[in-house]
Amino acid sequence: MERIPILQMGEFLLVTIQVDMHDQLALRLQDDLTARIDHTSARGVLIDISALDMVDSFIGRMIASISGLSRIMDAETVLVGMQPAVAITLVELGLTLPGVSTALNVDRGMNLLRQRVGRP
Amino acid sequence: MAALQNSTLEAIASNQSQLIGDWIAALEANGAARNIKEQDLRQETRDFLQLVVDGLRSESGGNIGAAGWEETRRFLEKLSSSRAQAGQESHQTAYFIFALKGPLFTLLQSHYREQPALLAEQLWEVSELLDAFGLHTIRTYQKTREGVIKRQQEELLELSTPVVKLWDGVLALPLIGTLDSQRSQTVMESLLQRIVDTGSEIAIIDITGVPTVDTLVAQHLLKTVTAIRLMGADCIISGVRPQIAQTIVHLGLDLGTLTTKSNLADALKLALTRLGNRPDERV
Repeated sequence: MERIPILQMGEFLLVTIQVDMHDQLALRLQDDLTARIDHTSARGVLIDISALDMVDSFIGRMIASISGLSRIMDAETVLVGMQPAVAITLVELGLTLPGVSTALNVDRGMNLLRQRVGRP
Repeated sequence: MAALQNSTLEAIASNQSQLIGDWIAALEANGAARNIKEQDLRQETRDFLQLVVDGLRSESGGNIGAAGWEETRRFLEKLSSSRAQAGQESHQTAYFIFALKGPLFTLLQSHYREQPALLAEQLWEVSELLDAFGLHTIRTYQKTREGVIKRQQEELLELSTPVVKLWDGVLALPLIGTLDSQRSQTVMESLLQRIVDTGSEIAIIDITGVPTVDTLVAQHLLKTVTAIRLMGADCIISGVRPQIAQTIVHLGLDLGTLTTKSNLADALKLALTRLGNRPDERV
C-alpha cells in the first residue's frame, strides 16, 4: 500500500509529499503522522509540499488539518515550499491556514523550527 | 423572390458616373465625407459601384454570402476597418453605403416610369441588397473596433505588472491604476512566481498609484497577502495615502493581518530590519 514516508531527524519529523495526493493517501498520512508524533514525542514537524502542484478542496482541507493537528499535539509545525498555484487555490477556497507557520524552502523552514523550539 | 432585372443592371452600369456624382454629393451633405480626401472618396465610390455591377453580372442574386460577392465583401471589410482605425463612427461608415440608395432610386424611378409594378419590385431588390451591404460593413466595423480594444487591454495588462527586486530577498510591486479581478489575478500570479524564482522572503506591494481602494480592491489585496504568507514569505503594503486610509476606515474594512506603511522607503527599512540587515551594510 502506498504511504508517504515520515522521516525522523533528531527531535523533528520531516514529511515530504512527493507524489500526487489522493484522498486515501491524505487520510493515511494524517493517521501515521499523529501516531509518529505521539510515539517519538517530536518537538517539531516540517511538511514539505513543494512537489505538490495541484490541490482540490479536499486535499486543501487535509493540508490545513494535518498542519493544525500536529500543532495541537504540541509539535511546532512549519509548512514549506508551497507552489504559487496551490497558494492561490487555497486562498480562493478560503483556507488561509491561520496559525500555521510557513517558509519558502526546507532550509529556511528548519531554521524557523529551531528558533521556535528555542535552539540556535 | 424576384431577381433583379437585366435592364436594371444595364441602367446602373450605363449611368455610373452620374450615380457617383450624386452619391458623393449625398455623402458630403451628410458630413460622412469629412476627414476623407476628395480623390480617395471618388476612388472608393467608383470601385464599389464597379464591384456591385460585377457582382450583379455574375448573377449571385441578393444573397451577399454567395461567391460572386466575395470581392465586394472584401472591399467593404477593408473599407470599414480603415474607417474604424481612422476613428470614424459606425453610423458614418454605414452611411457610406446607405447614401447610395437615394441616387439609385431616382435612377430606377426614371428608368421604369412606365411600369410601376416592376419599379416597386426592383426598388425592393436594390434596397435589400444595399441593406445587406450596410449591415456587413457595420459588423466588420464592430469586429475591428473590438480587436483594437482587446489589444489595448492586453497591452495595458502587460504594462502594469512589473515586479522589481529592491534588495537581496526583497521584492517590490508598484501598482498603478485600478485593480479589477483579472488584473489582480495576473499581478498575484506574477508576484508569487517571482517569489519562488528569487527565494525572496519579503514582498512590498506599493499602492501609491492606485487611485481608489474599495471593498473589492481591498479583498484582492488581502487575497494576495494571504497567498504570499501561505508560500512562506512576508508582505508589506506601502503607499497608503491619507484619503485611502480614510476610505478604508470608513468602509469598515478589516486589514488587521496586514502590515502597512505610508511610503516605500519605510517599507524597505522595515523589510531590511526583518531580514536582520542594516541598510548601509551592503551598499
